[in-house]
Amino acid sequence: MNAQSRTKAPAWAIWLPLVLFVGFVALVTIGLYRPADRAVGSTLVGKPMPAFVLPAALPDRPGLRSADIASGKPHLVNIFASWCIPCRVEAPQLGALARAGVAIEGISVRDSSEALNGFLKENGDPYQRIGADDDGKVQLALGSSGVPETYVIDGKGVIRYQHIGEIRPEHVPMILEKLREASQ
Amino acid sequence: MTRLLSLVPLVAALGFAVPVLAQEEQSTAPFAYRQLSDPAQEREAQALMETLRCLQCQGQSIADSDAPIAGSMRSLVRERIAAGEEPEAIRGWLIERYGDYVSYAPQLTTLTWPLFAVPLVIVALAALLLRKRFRRGEAR
Repeated sequence: MNAQSRTKAPAWAIWLPLVLFVGFVALVTIGLYRPADRAVGSTLVGKPMPAFVLPAALPDRPGLRSADIASGKPHLVNIFASWCIPCRVEAPQLGALARAGVAIEGISVRDSSEALNGFLKENGDPYQRIGADDDGKVQLALGSSGVPETYVIDGKGVIRYQHIGEIRPEHVPMILEKLREASQ
Repeated sequence: MTRLLSLVPLVAALGFAVPVLAQEEQSTAPFAYRQLSDPAQEREAQALMETLRCLQCQGQSIADSDAPIAGSMRSLVRERIAAGEEPEAIRGWLIERYGDYVSYAPQLTTLTWPLFAVPLVIVALAALLLRKRFRRGEAR
């Protein structure tokens, strides 16, 4: 081996692998302790709501069509189900919003009318209409990845905001603000 | 032995225990758990389903997942394939709603091109650096 023809590496180069390794460990640690947000938001926010027609979930209440929602006034569309526990948590907040004069429409996902009746008796009933999305198609069409989710739809039928997860008491003023923005 | 026997009722109780309140309802969509009758179409649907992410259990494809929303997505895929829609059009429909995250098949976009370019750059760099060494080997 001809040692002279080789250029000698600087002395600090011996630390390079260790520095790279420590950097890698730091990256993994940050990733472990601050995991990324796993909520999958709908990319339809800011776009018109897809057209749909859902049959009535309860015999004494109309089902839900997208045309009902694009009626010139902002609406909340709440995707929920009687089997969903966080939906029970957000029920009082939806009740408060309904009392404040907000038009709330429901889409019940994979549900039965008996279970739904029980749920509404127990947790209050803020809905003007409830559409039955038995196979989950409309949920997918709206870009919703779970229950509960709540959409703010303006009077022209454009999705203005998507709230993922239950509406907690501290979210109510923000939802009212989004509705006010949607009405302008 | 008696200690072991005392475990029997416990194990039996676990076996019979039913969830008090199911956190989800099984998907009732028509093709969530039923294959298409045409094997060629089912194969096409299966190939697509293996590359779509379940939105609830995010490490799994909708073909592997038993989550109700995965059932709804499988049914959507199969019904659209049966109706003659192209698999890539169905993928596009889902990406339009959920973003690239819903697809496991990587797309080449303005954001992802470095992922494809970096390996090529590294190989080119390695070839450049090692070129001298190989040449010296030949000379000896």
